[in-house]
Amino acid sequence: MLSLRKGSGIMFEIKKLKFKHILQIDHLMIDRQITCLIGPSGSGKTTLLRMLNRLNEAEEGSIYFNGVDIKEMHPIKLRRKIIMLGQTPILYPGTIADNLQIGLRLSEQPLADENRLRAYLDKVGLHKELSDTCEKLSGGEKQRLCLARVLLMDADVYLADEPSSALDKETESFVIDNLVTFVKEHDKQLVMVTHSAEIAQRYPHGLLELAQGGCRGYVYE
Amino acid sequence: MNNTVMDLSILNLAIAYVFVLVLLVIFKARGIRREKMILIATTRMTIQLTLMGFVLLYVFKHPSWWLTLSMLAIMLGFAVYNALKRVKYSMSKELKRLVALSMIIGYLVTAVVFMLLVLQVEPWFNPQYFIPISGMIIGNSMTGIALGANRLCANMRDHRERIENSLMLGATCKVATFDEVNDAFDSAILPTMNNMMTMGIVSLPGMMTGQMLSGTFPLTAIKYQIGIMLAILGCTAITVVIFVTLGYKTFFTSSAALK
Repeated sequence: MLSLRKGSGIMFEIKKLKFKHILQIDHLMIDRQITCLIGPSGSGKTTLLRMLNRLNEAEEGSIYFNGVDIKEMHPIKLRRKIIMLGQTPILYPGTIADNLQIGLRLSEQPLADENRLRAYLDKVGLHKELSDTCEKLSGGEKQRLCLARVLLMDADVYLADEPSSALDKETESFVIDNLVTFVKEHDKQLVMVTHSAEIAQRYPHGLLELAQGGCRGYVYE
Repeated sequence: MNNTVMDLSILNLAIAYVFVLVLLVIFKARGIRREKMILIATTRMTIQLTLMGFVLLYVFKHPSWWLTLSMLAIMLGFAVYNALKRVKYSMSKELKRLVALSMIIGYLVTAVVFMLLVLQVEPWFNPQYFIPISGMIIGNSMTGIALGANRLCANMRDHRERIENSLMLGATCKVATFDEVNDAFDSAILPTMNNMMTMGIVSLPGMMTGQMLSGTFPLTAIKYQIGIMLAILGCTAITVVIFVTLGYKTFFTSSAALK
């Protein structure tokens, strides 16, 4: 299970953050290697995640990434360090290989060779040919493809909005375990929003609960 | 070759309005409620063209640079207004301003090249050339930019999720909207190109027809028409490329997120 270690030293510090009527956080550290944002619908989990890579901008307050106010950082460069995986799997026209490479292409990184692409498909348990089209993929398969796509990119932090929402229980455990292992092995940080009670139970030390737009810190100190 | 055009009597012209009557009958028979619109359109066309006839009569008789420029300004103003009206999506103020700016720059560049270098009009403000040719160029770029703006707005709305996903993956706004911008440009320029494809076979364009009616040697009329088509293509392309390459930026915040 997860240790209490503070991961690779990467951390977010949030101070007096306010966003519309959705979020109001006085002070919060997100400094564990694996963090699971939990809380009821509308509690601001996705909004907080989006704020961490500046898809939403705080009205008041600041978010510091490794001590630097993210407002001072170039948003595109920030997003290449802090990659987000959205809730809805979005596929681009083309084959599975194209969809795996698109993240690297969009963020102007060198493309991966086929062996690497296949290895990442294995990590998410997607046994498809690279040349297959994406049209016939199920919701869960699309989600895993999108996860493999972001893992291929060498980010410092992965923000994932319900990365297992379209997966059955068995696949969920497999995919999330692999995700966590990947993050630990490569010394990254993962912040994920989840509604899954199973995931929350598996990573109790990473639980951060949001309620009514506020958050008091990790559930288990 | 007959160098004098037959004058058209008002009475004879009136007969042409029979086509409007035909349309009215069709509307009535099919229950399409467009009677009022066709009557307004016909009346407006008649009054506007008649007034323009008198204005042109005056301007041609008293050629001056300021009269030509004033006419052009009015034409551009109307064209911008009309282009904006044809866009069925709500546009931001910045985007509206960009429509105007693109049309003005696109027209100015084309006018300088076509009037002063190709036609070498003397004096440079000669209203007989400047006004009708500008009208054609501006009119076509107006259609082009309206199409381009409609498509850009539609693409930005319909592909919002994908564009945002590209941002999440670390794309710049330019890269994230590359396909949407290209598609908007393409849809704006395509009708002009299609028009060029059939020109001379299916259609004999208005200006050429007009020139020939007034007794111009057909090959001269054709040279003018080719020139004008290239100018229209150029103006539409410049106008739309300015619009789309700057326009996508108005959909993003200063922190490169979608508004």
